Amino acid sequence: MNIIEARGLWKEYGCDTVLEDVYLSVAPGDFVTVVGASGCGKSTFLRMLLGEETPTRGQLRLDGAPMPDEPGPDRGVVFQRYSVFPHLTALGNVLLAEELARAPLIARLLGRPRRDALARAREMLERVGLTNAAHKYPSQLSGGMQQRLAIAQALMKNPRVLLLDEPFGALDPGIRKDMHALILELWERLDITIFMVTHDLKEGFDLGTRLLVFDKVRHDPHAPGAYGATITYDIPLEHGARAAERLPASVRSELSSTPDEESA
Amino acid sequence: MKRLINQRPGRVLGSTLALLPFALVLLAYVAASAARLADNPDDKLLPSLMTMADALVRLATEPSRRTGEILLWADTAASLARLLTGVAISMMLALAVGTATGLIPYLRRTLSPFLAALAMIPPLAILPILFIAFGVGELSKVVLIVFGILPFMMRDLQQRVEEIPGEQIVKAQTLGGSTWQILLRVAIPQTLPRLFDATRLSLGAAWLFLIAAEAIAAEQGLGYRIFLVRRYLDMQTILPYVAWITLLAFTLNGLLRRLNYWLFPWYATGRAK
Ligand SMILES: Nc1ncnc2c1ncn2[C@@H]1O[C@H](COP(=O)(O)OP(=O)(O)O)[C@@H](O)[C@H]1O
Ligand SMILES: [Mg+2]
Repeated sequence: MNIIEARGLWKEYGCDTVLEDVYLSVAPGDFVTVVGASGCGKSTFLRMLLGEETPTRGQLRLDGAPMPDEPGPDRGVVFQRYSVFPHLTALGNVLLAEELARAPLIARLLGRPRRDALARAREMLERVGLTNAAHKYPSQLSGGMQQRLAIAQALMKNPRVLLLDEPFGALDPGIRKDMHALILELWERLDITIFMVTHDLKEGFDLGTRLLVFDKVRHDPHAPGAYGATITYDIPLEHGARAAERLPASVRSELSSTPDEESA
Repeated sequence: MKRLINQRPGRVLGSTLALLPFALVLLAYVAASAARLADNPDDKLLPSLMTMADALVRLATEPSRRTGEILLWADTAASLARLLTGVAISMMLALAVGTATGLIPYLRRTLSPFLAALAMIPPLAILPILFIAFGVGELSKVVLIVFGILPFMMRDLQQRVEEIPGEQIVKAQTLGGSTWQILLRVAIPQTLPRLFDATRLSLGAAWLFLIAAEAIAAEQGLGYRIFLVRRYLDMQTILPYVAWITLLAFTLNGLLRRLNYWLFPWYATGRAK
């Protein structure tokens, strides 16, 4: 069964149409990458998967059931910024997931349950390579480390789907490479479904098992908001294969924000 | 020669410059006082520093003939008790109400206009009502302080909660947090340092309302004393009292600042970025 299923999905803000007639089926275990021009509605689509926004028309289903209309632990998320809590140390950030689950009233664990949760949290930090930063606050971490922490925190809940909105967009190219290795390793090991928005076409091709392109099919030069974007390309990828050739050159040049990285 | 905006004083020069205005005011006072006393040795308006020092020592060491208490300390204790009670109550209420209205849209819609209207009432205008309702004892003074500073603090905290990036609130929900848990573990801890900041900014107003209430009805207190001895033009008591109140306010301010720094190390480092 499909884990995510969109049928004839529309999203309008007033008379601005952002997304129109989106059809999509995502199988469990897919690594879906999403590219598209800035402002075309990628984040809006992600927010609908989160339950933060509701579609104005059409159906959105998660595991066969209607998408819950608020965020929940079955869908983890990492944004480009502000994904971790500044007032908690790295360990505290990861531990919070356990505390929220097991202490509904005081949201804190004491004694033995706390020790167990700490062990889990440390294990998760180790998995993303943050063992030495456990007691640092996010403001003391580099951008890459903060995103590692955000991923670790999201994975604590064993979500069905991990939603990533340009998670590495603010990072240096070298660090971005490390992050790619990390996310691929976690994806393979945890058998999780990933839905990742990126503005870097190469990143989309390198990471995904499937690449979606969001774009407008119709344009009205006098009313830019009249028509919305939809999925114009849906390309199955094999990992490691160069599949960029399957996109027309015009689309490639339009989306490629970092063309010189090909040679790097 | 560098532009003025690029020139910075060193440590020693900086401290000297900071002291300069104080020294100038003191000097001006001493000169004016000496001039008046030379004209009329019995002048009460600008007593000499020596006279004031004598008065201060008397106030701080000799028991009063009427009550047997040492006036300065008794007044200070009475005033600080009122001030700190009012401020502490305001802090707790502001934190509870401000974070809740900031986080929960239904509460915000219900309470925001009401609280905004409440904040428009000049606190001193309702002082007579407080005296009638709560008597002229401690309660009415504490209530006046709370009424005077709570609306600002509450609204400040509400705004701080609203400023928490939406991403964090969403993230907390994806970690399974309930409204109550998010209030407890995200909204409150992140606004606590702001609470201390808001309190610091409210201290001036708190002192104002305290002294106003004490001036009108009290048997003790720093404000009460100043307004009592005003009748005798007793500048040698008033001026040291004012200096003492200023020192207390200054210390409280610094203490809150320090507390913020100690309790919330993430706050200072996060803001420095
Ligand atoms: N809450 C909102 N109200 C009105 N317009 C919005 C809202 N959120 C997004 N939009 C509009 O929707 C369009 C798509 O935004 P977004 O999904 O963030 O694009 P991107 O593909 O860059 O992530 C933008 O034109 C934006 O102005
Ligand atoms: Mg976006």
